[in-house]
Amino acid sequence: MELFFQQLLNGLTLGGVYSLVALGLTLVYGILHVPNFAHGAFYMAGAFVAFYLISSLGLHYWVAMAGAAAAVALIAVLSERLVFHPLRNAPYLHHMIASIGILLFLESGAQALWGADFHRMQTPYNNIIELAGLTLPAQRVLIIVAAFVLVGLLQLFLKKTITGATIVAMAQNRDGAALVGIDANRVAMLTFAISGALAGMAAVLYAPINLVYTSMGSLVITKAFVIIVLGGMGSVPGAIAGGLIIGFAEAFGAFYISTDYKDIIAFVLLVVILSFKPEGLFSKGAR
Amino acid sequence: MLAVSRLTRQFGGLRAVDDVSVTFERGTINAIIGPNGAGKTTFFNLISGALAPTSGRIVFNGRDVTGLRADQVARLGVARTFQSTTLFDSATVLDNLIVGHRLRTRANLLDVIFGTRRLRAEERACRDKARAALDFVGLAHLEQRSAGAISQQERKRVAFALALATDPVLLLLDEPAGGVNPEETAGLAALIRKMADSGLTICLIEHKMDMIMHLADKILVLNHGGKIAEGTPADIRADPAVIEAYLGSDHAHA
Amino acid sequence: MRLSSRLGWSALLACALAFPYLAGNDYHLTVMSTAYIYAIATVGLNLITGYTGQFNLAHSGFMAVGAYTVGILTVDHGWPFWAAFALSGVVAATIGLFVGLVSLRLKSHFFSIFTLCVGYIMYLLIEKWESLTHGTVGIIGIPAPGAIGPFDFTEARPLYYLVLCFLVASLWIMHRIVHSLLGRTFVAIRNGDHLAQALGIDLMRNKLLAFMLSVFFAGLAGGLYAGYVRFLGPGIAGVEHTFDMTMYMLVGGIGTLLGPLLGAIAVPWLTQYLQVLQDYRFVVFGPLLVILVIFVPHGVVGTWLRWRRRRASAAAPAPAPRQEGARHARS
Repeated sequence: MELFFQQLLNGLTLGGVYSLVALGLTLVYGILHVPNFAHGAFYMAGAFVAFYLISSLGLHYWVAMAGAAAAVALIAVLSERLVFHPLRNAPYLHHMIASIGILLFLESGAQALWGADFHRMQTPYNNIIELAGLTLPAQRVLIIVAAFVLVGLLQLFLKKTITGATIVAMAQNRDGAALVGIDANRVAMLTFAISGALAGMAAVLYAPINLVYTSMGSLVITKAFVIIVLGGMGSVPGAIAGGLIIGFAEAFGAFYISTDYKDIIAFVLLVVILSFKPEGLFSKGAR
Repeated sequence: MLAVSRLTRQFGGLRAVDDVSVTFERGTINAIIGPNGAGKTTFFNLISGALAPTSGRIVFNGRDVTGLRADQVARLGVARTFQSTTLFDSATVLDNLIVGHRLRTRANLLDVIFGTRRLRAEERACRDKARAALDFVGLAHLEQRSAGAISQQERKRVAFALALATDPVLLLLDEPAGGVNPEETAGLAALIRKMADSGLTICLIEHKMDMIMHLADKILVLNHGGKIAEGTPADIRADPAVIEAYLGSDHAHA
Repeated sequence: MRLSSRLGWSALLACALAFPYLAGNDYHLTVMSTAYIYAIATVGLNLITGYTGQFNLAHSGFMAVGAYTVGILTVDHGWPFWAAFALSGVVAATIGLFVGLVSLRLKSHFFSIFTLCVGYIMYLLIEKWESLTHGTVGIIGIPAPGAIGPFDFTEARPLYYLVLCFLVASLWIMHRIVHSLLGRTFVAIRNGDHLAQALGIDLMRNKLLAFMLSVFFAGLAGGLYAGYVRFLGPGIAGVEHTFDMTMYMLVGGIGTLLGPLLGAIAVPWLTQYLQVLQDYRFVVFGPLLVILVIFVPHGVVGTWLRWRRRRASAAAPAPAPRQEGARHARS
C-alpha cells in the first residue's frame, strides 16, 4: 500500500512537470500550427539559467526560478519574432527545420558554456515530510503544489481576462481571431512568453530531482508531444489530462514493469493510439 | 451520367449537404449556385470522393461510387479543379501537366529502375497528352514558360488542362472564373462550352450569374445544404425561392 | 539527360575517382568515405522529405537498423559480410513498411512527431536490449567487406572505391526514380495531397513506396557504415544524425538530386577545417539552419536551378497571349 502511494506521488510529480511543459507546447501549437521542436531546449535553458543563478551568483531558489522564467520567456519571444514570424507563410517543413535550428543552437550553446556533464541544482527543500506513515520528499510535494498553482493561475488568466481569452481564441482558430481584430503579433509574442516561462519553471522545479544536463529537454519534449497529440493540439484541459496520464503511466510502469524501458511507455502509447485514431484522441474536428 | 440520390453530409450537428437528389445528363453543362455557405464545395467534395457522405448514394455511369476514395473516383473518369490553383511554380507549364495522365499509366518501380520500354512509352504518352490538353485550352505557346510567371486567367486554363489530361468524362470545376475579369471570363466560358462540345459532362460552381445564365443547360440551387430549385436558366430566373434566397439582390430582376 | 548535366556529373565522377591520388593521407580518405556513406543516407532522406514532403525524423534510426543488422549477423552469428549486407536495406525497408503503414496516414506534423518517437524507440531499444545489440558496450570486431575477385577491402583505398561504387549506384537509381513518372507522382503529393488525389494518385501506396525506398537507402548506408567503421554503438541511432542530414539537404538544396550530395560532402569537410567546430558544430549549424530556411530555403543547388530556369523562361519566345485568348473566345 505504501509503495502504491509512493508511485502515486511519483505519478503526480511527473504528471505535474509534463503538464506544465505540454501546456506551453499546446498553446504555441495553436499559433504556429506546427510542433515547436525547440520547446525542449526552452525547458533546458530554464534549468541552466537557474543553475547559473544559484551556483554562480548564490541567489535563492525562488529568485532563480523567477529569473529562469523571465529568461526563457525572452528567448521564446525572440524565437517568435526572429524565426517563426518571418516564416509564417512558408511551408510547414521550414517551420520544423527552423525550430530544430533553435534547438540545436540552445543545446550546443549550453554545452559550450557548461560542458556535457550532469550538474546538481541546489534546493532549499531537501527535507522529507512524514505524513500519515508516508515519506514525502519535500521537493516532490513542492512540484505538485506548484504545478497545481501554476495551472490554476493559467486557467484563471485564460478564462477571466480578455488577453487570455484572445490567446485561447487564437490557439483554436487563428484566422477567425484575426477577423475579429485581435492583434495577432502581440498575442503570438505573449503566448510564446507564457509558453517559455512555463517550460522554464517546470525545469527548475524538476531539476533538483533529475539533475541538470544539456540533453534533459529532449526526452521531456518528445513526451510533451505525445501528450498534446493525445490531449488535442491547442487544448488546455487536454494537455493537463494528458500530462497526468503519461505521468502515472510512467510511474507505475517504471515500478511494476521495468525501469529500463519506462521512457518507451509514452512513445508506445502514442504509436498505439495513433494507429487506431490517426486524428488523435480528442481532435476538435474543424482545423 | 451522374445520379445523386438523397446525399447528406453531416458535421456534428450541422448538415452541410442535406438530402440532395439530382441527375446530370451526359454532355451537358450544369451549374451549382447558391449563397455563401450553401454547401456547394462540400457537394463537390462528396461527388469527387474527397469526403465521404453520411448517407445517400452517388451513381456514376451506372456504377455505385458512394464512399470511394478521391483517387479511385478520379480513375473512373471524374476530374476536378479547386478554387485555388496550386501549381508547381518552379517548373514549366508543360512539366506541371505531365503528371496529369499518370493515373492511366501502369509503370511501376521496376519499370523505373530498369528503364523499360513500357516506361518510355508511357512517359511519351503523358507528355503528348499534356501538350494536347495545353493546346486545347489555347495555351500551347506557354509550354516552356515557368508556371509561376503566368497570369491568373492563364493559371485557371492550366488547371483545366491538368484536369483534361486525366482523360475524364465528368469535369467538376470549382469557381473556374474566380478572380478573373469580365473579358477573360467570357474566354473561359467559351472554353467550357468547347469542352462540353467535345463530349465532356461539366459541373461547375460559380457566383458569376451572367456567365452561368448564358452557359448552363441546367442549374441546381443550394441553400443551407438543401436543394431549393433545379431547372433551366429561365426556370431559375423566375423561381421565387431562388430570388428569396439571394434576398432581393439585383438577380431578382435579371 | 541534358548534355550539360551529363558533363557535370562526369566531371564530379572524375574528381571522385582521382581523389585518393590527390588526397594527402588515409585520414582524408576516411573523411570522404564517411561523407559518401552519409550522402547515400541523405539522398534517401531527400526522397521522402524533399520530393514527397514528409519529414521523417527516424531516418538515423533506420540507418542504425541497417548497421546493426550487419553487426549482429556477422559478429554474433558468423555470417559473411556480404550476406549480412544484402539484408541491411531489406530489414530497414521491412520495418519501414510497418512504420509507414501507421504513420503515413497522419497529417504531416503528426507524421514528424510520430517518427521522432519511433526514432527514440529505436535508440532506446538498441541501448537497452543488451542480449541482442550489446547495449551501450556496442558491437566491435565487425569484419571488413569480403574480397571480391582481386579486390581486397582491408585497406583504405579499395574501401574508398567500394563506397564510391555504392554512392554512384544509389545516385543513378535515385536519378532514374526522380526523373520518371514516379518522381513526378511524389512531387505532386508534396505540392498538395488533395490535388494529387484528384489526379488519381493513390496517396497511401505512393507515400509508402517513397518511405520504404528512402529507408532502404538508409539501411544500406548503415550496412556500409558497419563494414567501414567496424564497430557500432547506440549513438548512431541518435536523432542528431538526422539533424545533420537535414542540414546537408538544406545547404545543398532540398528536393534536388545534386543538393543533398553536395551538402553531405561539403559540410563535413568544412567542419573538418573548422576543427574547433567539431564538438560545437551545432552552435553554428543551429543559427545557420534558421538563416538558410528563412533566406535561402532552396539551398545552393536549388537557388542555382531556379536562376537558370528564370533565365530560360525569360528567353523563351512569347507571342502576345491576349490575342491568342481572344481568338479562341471567338471560335
